[in-house]
Amino acid sequence: MGRFAKNIVEFDSVSFRYQASPVLNKVTLAVREGEFLGLVGPNGGGKSTLLKLIMGLIKPDEGSVRIFGTSPKKASRRVGYVPQFAKFPNDFPITVEETVLMGRIQPGRLWQRYSKEDRKIAHKVMSETGVAEFASRTIDQLSGGQLQRVLIARALATEPELLLLDEPTASVDSHQEKGVFELFKELNKRMSIIVISHDIGFITDYVDRVACLNKELLCHETHAITPDVIEQMYGDHVHMIHHHSHAI
Amino acid sequence: MEFFSALTEQTFLQNALIAGVLASIACGLIGTYVVVMRISYLAGGIAHSVMGGMGLAYYLGGSPFIGALIAAVVSALIIGWVKLYWQEREDTLIGALWASGMAIGVLFISQTPGYQVDLMSYLFGNILLVAKGDLWLMAGMDAVIIAAIALLYRPFQAVAFDAQFARLRGLPVNFLYLLLLCIVALTVVLMIQVVGLILVIALLTLPAAIAGHYTKTLGSMMALASLLGLAFTSGGLAISYQPDLPAGACIILLAAATFIISAIVAARKKPLETEAEA
Repeated sequence: MGRFAKNIVEFDSVSFRYQASPVLNKVTLAVREGEFLGLVGPNGGGKSTLLKLIMGLIKPDEGSVRIFGTSPKKASRRVGYVPQFAKFPNDFPITVEETVLMGRIQPGRLWQRYSKEDRKIAHKVMSETGVAEFASRTIDQLSGGQLQRVLIARALATEPELLLLDEPTASVDSHQEKGVFELFKELNKRMSIIVISHDIGFITDYVDRVACLNKELLCHETHAITPDVIEQMYGDHVHMIHHHSHAI
Repeated sequence: MEFFSALTEQTFLQNALIAGVLASIACGLIGTYVVVMRISYLAGGIAHSVMGGMGLAYYLGGSPFIGALIAAVVSALIIGWVKLYWQEREDTLIGALWASGMAIGVLFISQTPGYQVDLMSYLFGNILLVAKGDLWLMAGMDAVIIAAIALLYRPFQAVAFDAQFARLRGLPVNFLYLLLLCIVALTVVLMIQVVGLILVIALLTLPAAIAGHYTKTLGSMMALASLLGLAFTSGGLAISYQPDLPAGACIILLAAATFIISAIVAARKKPLETEAEA
């Protein structure tokens, strides 16, 4: 069986409205197994909403969403998620190791104990993301970039088959951005990845495919982002920043 | 000191001390959740709505304790339900429950025939009036709270820390959140005997807030908060004894003074660290 064998994410003309205003309009999208998909578009274009639909946190108003051939809710334990910003207060008394171990929580159970195996997995992903040396620090002693890596480690501890990342480099220095994407490239060898980014020029070096979302899915062909598409998405006044000469 | 010699002779003082110990355990464990989840206003709402339940129980000739317990759990569930499903104007609702609970209580007590209830001991507690039967009741409530936390430490930690992630991991977040609020309600009722419903919020949050300055994990914060609670209840009781001051007020002021000192020390430590980094 080859790579990209089957679709793990299937959106069939999905629409979603937040109160009266449409956020997504008839989006049809398929993501194949093993794929590394970049998701770009303006603020309010529906990128985060798309991730929430994949995770089953919200339901579409129209159309259908299938994840791993089943409902998003049933598939959610196979999906890992890294939010753009930590949803927890920074002064919460918890160590990095305990935070990552939360990825080992077993679904649908009230009695939770971390086994030796759970701790082994937590340490493996902490080494992978470069936060093992901070294991016993509390989260308020971390920089923004370190905390982001802890969030990635927590998602990896769930051993996902599909990893969703919402602007993973928003709180990372630009010189660290490359390192983070190198990590994703490495992770992509064993899992599918969907990453939201504002930086089209940068991610085209790493992803297999880019999907441009501004309420509608404007394009999703491999490396087919032309200045026309950029203009269509962001309007006339934004110029594409040329990070790399071969990006376009 | 007179307090210590009295302690060996007077049963009521021994009972008061034990009541302080029992209340400290609950306030350390549950106060920690209240502080890290930033729900002290919510806990205050529960505490004040208890007055309605006690007043109604008095009027009907029932046990004020049972009335308090029912009122606390009902208001915890109402507030929790609004927070989970309505998701707005939660603070307005808490304020409404807070005030109307008090109003209902005062109304029913004023209409209760026969003797007038000592309102002051509800509002400010009277640790010196704790009877032996109350102690057993408090010990039983402590046992329930300890058992719940021992069994559900991880899920509660996950819900308190990051409810969205806990939900994605398939935990029954809404159930756990409402259960935690019910345990907060139970704790509030347990502690009303010691410091009264007006001061309960301080004993619930101050030891945990101080402990938060020095601890790295939820578990150690709970342990230190319980020890601090123990020090405040015993210390406040000792201070109040000789000059015959209200014990509840002394306990709270001792806790508040310690909190202020600790907060200043913690705040002085932090800016120095960031300066060193910069």
